[in-house]
This record gives sequence, C-alpha cells and structure tokens, in this order.
Amino acid sequence: MQNKKNILSIRNLKKTYHTKRGETKAVDTFSFNLLDGEFVALVGPSGCGKSTILSILCGLEEKSGGTVSFEEDITYGYMLQQDSLFEWKTILENCLLGLEITGSLNDETKQYVIDLLNTYGLGDFIDSYPSNLSGGMRQRVALIRTLATKPDILLLDEPFSALDYQTRLAVSDDVFRILKKEHKSAIMVTHDLSEAISMADRVIVLSQRPCTIKNIYEIQMTGKSNPIENRKCKEFASYYDRIWKDLDLHV
Amino acid sequence: MYSDEHKQFLKKIRRTHIFVFLTQLLIIIAFLGIWQLLAHFEVINTFISSSPKAILDTIVGLYLDNNLWNHIGITVYETIISFLLGTFIGTVIASILWWFPFLAKVLDPYLTILNSLPKVALGPIIIIWAGAGMNSIILMALLISVIITIINVYQGFIETDPNKIKLMKAFRATKWQIFSKLILPSTKPTIINALKINVSMSLIGVIMGEFLVSKEGIGYLIMYGSQVFNLDLVMAGVIILCIVATIMYYCVSWIEKRLIKNI
Repeated sequence: MQNKKNILSIRNLKKTYHTKRGETKAVDTFSFNLLDGEFVALVGPSGCGKSTILSILCGLEEKSGGTVSFEEDITYGYMLQQDSLFEWKTILENCLLGLEITGSLNDETKQYVIDLLNTYGLGDFIDSYPSNLSGGMRQRVALIRTLATKPDILLLDEPFSALDYQTRLAVSDDVFRILKKEHKSAIMVTHDLSEAISMADRVIVLSQRPCTIKNIYEIQMTGKSNPIENRKCKEFASYYDRIWKDLDLHV
Repeated sequence: MYSDEHKQFLKKIRRTHIFVFLTQLLIIIAFLGIWQLLAHFEVINTFISSSPKAILDTIVGLYLDNNLWNHIGITVYETIISFLLGTFIGTVIASILWWFPFLAKVLDPYLTILNSLPKVALGPIIIIWAGAGMNSIILMALLISVIITIINVYQGFIETDPNKIKLMKAFRATKWQIFSKLILPSTKPTIINALKINVSMSLIGVIMGEFLVSKEGIGYLIMYGSQVFNLDLVMAGVIILCIVATIMYYCVSWIEKRLIKNI
C-alpha cells in the first residue's frame, strides 16, 4: 500500500453553509490522502457532512477554506443513492449521458460502454427502459453510466442505501468487483458499518457536525477477498466494535 | 392455457364492461325517448324545450344548406389554432421563467392575477383592440390557454428531480444541456397533459368569443338561435358542440398515448 502514489490530497478542508437563520459549520479541518487504486470509506453519524465532502470534490459545491490538490487531468465520477436513470432513455442511452454532455461520444467510447454493459450482465437490456429493470440492476446501470467517462476517482454517495438488504449485499459485491477490475480509486460515503469494513481498504470515522476526522482504520483481514467473504473474516467483528465505539452515538 | 378459475375471472371482467356500456346506452336512449314522448304528447312546451326530433331536423337542415360543416370547421379551426399557439407560447414563456429565476419571482403575483381573472371580462377590450372577427376569438381562446400552460409547465420544470439535476451538474453539464437533455424531456408528460387541458380551455375561449363576435361557428349558431328564440337551433348547437368536444378530446388522448409510450 505504501509504495502506491498519492492521487488526491485534501488539506484543512472547511465548509460553512449559510441560511437565513444563520450559519452552520458542516466540515472543519478535514485532511486526508487518497492513494491510487485505493477504496476509502467515510462513515459518520447521519447529517455530519459526509456527503458535503464528495459534493465539494466533484465541484457541486464551493469549499469555504482549505486546499484540494490532485494530479493533473484527474477526473471524477459521481454516483448517488438514487440511480436517477432517465425514464425516457434506454439503458444504453442512459449510460451514454456523460459522454454526450462532455462531447466525447464517438464509436470507440460507445463501444466501450456496450462492452461494459455486456461484461456486467446487462447486455440483454441495452435497448430496454429503466422501468423494466430491478433496483439492483438499475444501480449497476448507474455505475456503468459513471464509469463510461473513464473517471480516475469514483465518489460513491451512499450508493446502496435505496436497495433492500439482499440486493444490497449482491450489488455491493458486484460494484466492488467492477471497481477492482477497472482499477479505480474510490471514496464511498456510507452509514452502514459492515458495508464500509467489508469493502474498503481504509475506513475513516468522522465526528458529529462540524465533521472532522476522529479515527482512521487500515482494514487488514486474513484472507481478504470480496465484500461478502470479508464479512466472515475473524477481524471483522473487532473492527465493527471499534468503529461503533468511535461513533459514540447516543440515540 | 389459462386455468378455469382464470377464465371465469376474465369472463367476469368482460361481463362488467358490457353491463356498464349497456347501462350507459340505456340512459341516453331513455332520456331522449322520454323527452321525445313528452314533447309529442305536448306535456312540455316544445317552444322552450325543443325535442330530439326537431333538433335532428335542424341538424339535417343545416347539413342540406351546406352550413353544418362550415360552422363546425370554423370552430374547430379556431380551437386548434389557439390551443397549438397556447401550448407553444406557454411552454416558451415557462422556459424563459425557468432560465431566469429572478424574472419568475418578479412575475409570480402578476401571473396569479391573470390566472384568477375571468378572461371573458377582457372580451370587450380584445374586440376593440383586435377587431370584431376571428382574430379576437383566437386571441380570447389563446389568453385562456396560455396562462394555464405557463403555470402548469413552469411547475413541471421546477419539480424536476433534484438528484437528476445534481447528476447533470456532476457531469459538468451547461445550463442549456440541463434544460434540453433533462428539464424539457422530463416535463414532456406535463406538456402533453397541458395539450389536453388546452383543448377544452381553447374551446371555452372560442365559444365565448363566438358569443361576443362572429357570423359563423357553433357558438354563433347557439347565440343566433337564442336571439331569434329558435330553441331547436340552440339545442342543435349544444349537441353538435358536445360531439365536437368529445372527438377533439379523444384525438388529443390518442396523440398523448402515442407520445408518451415509454413513460
């Protein structure tokens, strides 16, 4: 892990929201580095500002302070909790959306997307409409739509929370495989601790608002493989326990 | 093959359909029959209530004088022009409001006033400005349909799923791309629904306009009939209007079905 290069570093990131009622500090002095090919999970109490960090990274929101530096030409892909597929477009057309917007749609990039759909079991649905697909399949389409523009870093904002438990396990396993196979780095925001531990190389625990880093765990497990198998590793429970205590929730 | 139970189930559904249709048919036949009988035996005064047979004779008379299709054509023409224009202009104005939120905020109270104002009150002004002819009638109908279209379509625009907008922004889409690739296509059902509302709105406007000024059209037939106290003509006009309105409604429903197959 140590010999991999840094592709993103965030220093002292700050974000303050302004409303009529006043101002709220959402993120305060948040710093971390993302390594090439690494999968990082951000966990924290709900409403702590986890998603804000992703929004800032992909340019949806302005930061209030701090620096975000990354290698040149780094591109982001953003995947949300809702698949947000366009009902009036076919699966293929949905996946081509990003390419269409960036003006990079050509035969080659289109073939790349078709290959992705075929590889990940959606080949038969290329000309179907989203309403004909199950929730799990729709979320896989959303991932392929994100991968279509060949982003270097994937930002996953609670990508599986809208799915039922069983679909969620299966889809997170799929997504994990796809990301590893395509050699992508990813930052995932989640409130599901098991999901974070089973998928990530590192888990970053965030505090209550304003969100700062409370602890960072390098997830090392004997016989680490895919998320579903990782849940059976003997270290899993102890990580879960430690992170749960860190969160310090008083409900 | 289906099981017997399923066949029974389908049969029951079909039977309900037939029964509903037969009852509907019975109601109209009974209504017309009783009306005709009461008129025939002079229980009611046909001078003020007319009778189905007299209405039919009037319609046939109009047809033989070569006036029937002319009147229907004029009214349908005016309605189609104003409802197409109303939908188009309304959608364009709604788009401008979406593009400039400042303008939308500024114009909001004025739109509300215009929407609550009964447009028929503007009739005399419109006639003075646009002249006593077809222009006034179309303008009247247009005014009715355009305001409601602006309000409905604009509402559709701003109700676009914020997550989809977020997605577009994450792809660094320009404002025009967000509008053309997301806002407009996702509001298509609302716009098509506006078409449907606008058919009836425009027809109301056209008939109102024809009441005020005109020498042709179904509205004119009704108005003229009432002025010369020819109830047969008034009733004939209303019946023709019923038929025309229903046909137009189904035409737009048919277009709607074709246009939103995939949604």
